[in-house]
Amino acid sequence: MISDAIEDEEKWLAEGIAGIQHNAFYMHRALDSNNLREALKYSAQLLSELRTSRLSPHKYYDLYMRAFDELRRLEMFFKDEDKHGCSVVDLYELVQHAGNILPRLYLLCTVGSVYIKSKEAPAKDVLKDLVEMCRGVQHPLRGLFLRSYLAQVSRDKLPDIGSEYEGDGDTVNDAVEFVLQNFAEMNKLWVRMQHQGPIMVKDKLEKERNELRDLVGKNLHVLSQIEGVDLEMYKDTVLPRVLEQVVNCKDELAQYYLMDCIIQVFPDEYHLQTLEILLGACPQLQPTVDVKTVLSQLMERLSNYAASSPEVLPEFLHVEAFTKLSSAIGKVIAAQVDMPIVGAITLYVSLLTFTLRVHPDRLDYVDQVLGACVKKLSGKAKLEDSKATKQVVALLSAPLEKYSDIVTALTLSNYPRVMDHLDNGTNKIMAMVIIQSIMKNNTRVSTAEKVEVLFELIKGLIKDLDGTPMHELDEEDFKEEQNSVARLIHMLYNDDPEEMLKIICTVRKHIMTGGSTRLPFTVPPLVFSALQLVRRLQGQDGDVAGEEDPATPKKIFQLLNQTIESLSSVPSPELALRLYLQCAEAANDCDVEPVAYEFFTQAFVLYEEEVADSKAQVTAIHLIIGTLQKMNVFGVENRDTLTHKATGYSAKLLKKPDQCRAVYACSHLFWVDDQDGIKDGERVLLCLKRSLRIANAAQQMANVTRGSSGPVTLFVEILNKYLYFFEKGNPQVTSAAIQGLVELIRTEMQNDTRTTDPASDAFFASTLRYIEFQKQKGGAMGEKYDPIK
Amino acid sequence: NYIIGAFKPACNISITFSDGKTRKQVPLKKENGQTAMVPLFQSQENIAGKISIEPVQGKKVEHNGIKIELLGQIEMYFDRGNFYDFTSLVRELDVPGEIYERKTYPFEFSTVEMPYETYNGVNVRLRYVLKVTISRGYAGSIVEYQDFMVRNYTPPPSINTSIKMEVGIEDCLHIEFEYNKSKYHLKDVIIGKIYFLLVRIKIKNMDLEIRRRESTGSGANTHVETETLAKFELMDGAPVRGESIPIRLFLSPYELTPTHRNINNKFSVKYYLNLVLVDEEDRRYFKQQEVTIYRLADTS
Repeated sequence: MISDAIEDEEKWLAEGIAGIQHNAFYMHRALDSNNLREALKYSAQLLSELRTSRLSPHKYYDLYMRAFDELRRLEMFFKDEDKHGCSVVDLYELVQHAGNILPRLYLLCTVGSVYIKSKEAPAKDVLKDLVEMCRGVQHPLRGLFLRSYLAQVSRDKLPDIGSEYEGDGDTVNDAVEFVLQNFAEMNKLWVRMQHQGPIMVKDKLEKERNELRDLVGKNLHVLSQIEGVDLEMYKDTVLPRVLEQVVNCKDELAQYYLMDCIIQVFPDEYHLQTLEILLGACPQLQPTVDVKTVLSQLMERLSNYAASSPEVLPEFLHVEAFTKLSSAIGKVIAAQVDMPIVGAITLYVSLLTFTLRVHPDRLDYVDQVLGACVKKLSGKAKLEDSKATKQVVALLSAPLEKYSDIVTALTLSNYPRVMDHLDNGTNKIMAMVIIQSIMKNNTRVSTAEKVEVLFELIKGLIKDLDGTPMHELDEEDFKEEQNSVARLIHMLYNDDPEEMLKIICTVRKHIMTGGSTRLPFTVPPLVFSALQLVRRLQGQDGDVAGEEDPATPKKIFQLLNQTIESLSSVPSPELALRLYLQCAEAANDCDVEPVAYEFFTQAFVLYEEEVADSKAQVTAIHLIIGTLQKMNVFGVENRDTLTHKATGYSAKLLKKPDQCRAVYACSHLFWVDDQDGIKDGERVLLCLKRSLRIANAAQQMANVTRGSSGPVTLFVEILNKYLYFFEKGNPQVTSAAIQGLVELIRTEMQNDTRTTDPASDAFFASTLRYIEFQKQKGGAMGEKYDPIK
Repeated sequence: NYIIGAFKPACNISITFSDGKTRKQVPLKKENGQTAMVPLFQSQENIAGKISIEPVQGKKVEHNGIKIELLGQIEMYFDRGNFYDFTSLVRELDVPGEIYERKTYPFEFSTVEMPYETYNGVNVRLRYVLKVTISRGYAGSIVEYQDFMVRNYTPPPSINTSIKMEVGIEDCLHIEFEYNKSKYHLKDVIIGKIYFLLVRIKIKNMDLEIRRRESTGSGANTHVETETLAKFELMDGAPVRGESIPIRLFLSPYELTPTHRNINNKFSVKYYLNLVLVDEEDRRYFKQQEVTIYRLADTS
């Protein structure tokens, strides 16, 4: 059925075109023979084809354009009085004899245009007459096209300023009046279209109407092109009149289109100066009109305008653009009760963008916008609508982008309140955006207060918000988030140690609420940040004296202790252990023995109680040994206790090779290669021998269990240790001992049952090469090496 | 052709007007459907000229007297050929005698009262004619006619009010229309507007018609004929409440006559403006208003 309708329409269009062509042929002949009467007759018949009601706007336009072309030729003929011998005044009457109104009015417009051109009558009179007479066509489609024809032929004949038709009482007022009237009538016809035809084709009608909208909008374009429409006239006449039409037509489609049209066709400075009038119309529009897009467009235009020509900025201030826009938006939102929340927020986003572009210095404006948004959101549950959420994110991101300094955003009191309305997921995303912004701009957050606010903002990342289902969290995302938080912590910095301490305290307060999954990520950066502070203080100690509550390393260490303790309660003992060791090292550097000792104690306690995994134990013990070796703060007693512990644990590791390695590592505990480091050669040797024994035991165990001896790697490693201490001048380590060890290794290597390991072979070979090299080099060292074969 | 020649009248009569060269000639539709150009007069004018009688070569015309009559006649078509003379003036031109050669008689009717205009209607005709009669006895009179036309001009009426009226069908359609005058001259323009107070029907279009009502006879024999002389589309499409549609109708293209009221108790010609609204089901709603048409003297 539908395809039939389309086919029929094609047929009707073809018939119409044929009718036009047929009559055009005779009209041309009449024109060629200067026969006015015939020309009028055939042109009227030709135009009668436009009386059809059967075509859709699209097809009708096709027909109209063909008729239009013919009318151009007719107009040329009318202009040439010599040809038809009829004065234009008579001609103006003559064409009105036509019985059918549509051809009559098309002809009248055509002659009217010639009439104005002849200047035999004031342009305004002719225009006025034409626009009045066109009232006779009340059929929307035909009327629209007729009036559009009128607008077209009169365009270049308006008595505009500087136009040849101006003067003699014809003023630009007349031109404006004419266009306004034509616009008003066209709009009425256009709006009326929707009431035609049955309800079921409403969609189709809407579509068809949409196709015609530019015919109506063209009038506004013409108005904007009139030179004489200056700001004053625009403000006093044009805009109020146009808006009157827009508001009164009470049609959604028309209101939306025309508002948009107004915004697009008239200059920015006009909008700026007439904001109040323009905005005043917005709340009066139909509730279904998409006002937010309209306003967004307006604000976008204005902000572009401000951006493109900074010299107009004072003007923006002068007219209080922000205040007006802001209140208009408030009114629109209040007036359109049914507007979805996303619409309201979109509006706020636009306003915010506008504010940021035009008044970047007015933070209070930004805050005001956010405040308004909060007000709108308040009393509602968290946002469910994903679009609305997106808009809120946009709203919150805008200031970050603009100021590229989170610190600015932190001063906005309403910022966190807006964030509160986001659902948890989005809240996190937003928090990430904030952090990324800080990272990108390398912003330092330098006061405890700001840190407080900042952490309040990103609390979605810092702790579990109510009702976050755990399963929802993606492992990787979670890591990513927490890593970001960790990075963020490093961005908090103040040169003043005391303030820095406050910052650290604040951060600590927040991250402690994070729960077991977050702490492993967040504690380390905090600890390192604190240690950094400690190091700074250590460089300037003495200065702090006399202050009330100085940020002393001691205090910080206390804090650290508590912080790390929290980690050990969550199952992250290894991490806690490492941090304790780091702290111990720092304490060492600060020369506070008790503190360092305490940290070590904690580390050992953790080792004993929490580190059960053998591999972890190996790593941990090596770390302990390494750290302990560096310690120089301990007195003999403390040191002995600790080294004893370390050696003891080393020897108790599960796997023999691990035992062996840990023990020979312990040897370093007794030989610190510093000026005044401990140099206990005997105990070094003791360690080495012990490790050698363990290596032997390991070898035998391998023989027993697997029937082949293990690699000689351990021996080679021990050999290297020997060589090290030998070179460092440990008197207990003799060339004979080394010689013995070398022999031992060689023997082991010739053992048939041994599994060959190229790596350890190569290791041994290069060790031997090293010995050889040292011998060759000569000098004191060469002599020392000489006995070794 | 002798046979035709044998029945030829014995003489040629020609009637010429003394100001025939300068007087305005207008077309007049004759009974046989042909149009001839005839001189135009108005009431109170002198009608003067010459009659010239020229006997056929070599013959004499014997007569009982020659006269010229100026007749104003009304002819009803249902009674064709039967003329009612409302004006009859006679001038004797010659006493009985004989005419041997061409002879010319001047004649004059001065300030002739011709109250009615020449009119050619559907059922009635009013004409003015000059009739020359050469009376003869047994041979039958020789008669010659000369038509002329009379048009009477009216000064613009001193009172010419507009026609303004509100009409409607309850709860369906209410309109108010206005024609700027009640009396229009033949080349006049009807200006007006139609204002829609209430529209509950789907109007397709609106026309303004000019109708002529010619009534002949009187009493029970009255015969009325109505013609639509003009059908002028005023509006295309359906208006809404509050819409005002302009009217501008030039009368010059239409063949109108002045309004004639009760011409000699024989006939009347009246004009009406008929406003017709047609709805989408082709129902017609109309309102008819009489207007008076008069003839205004050409200023040119």
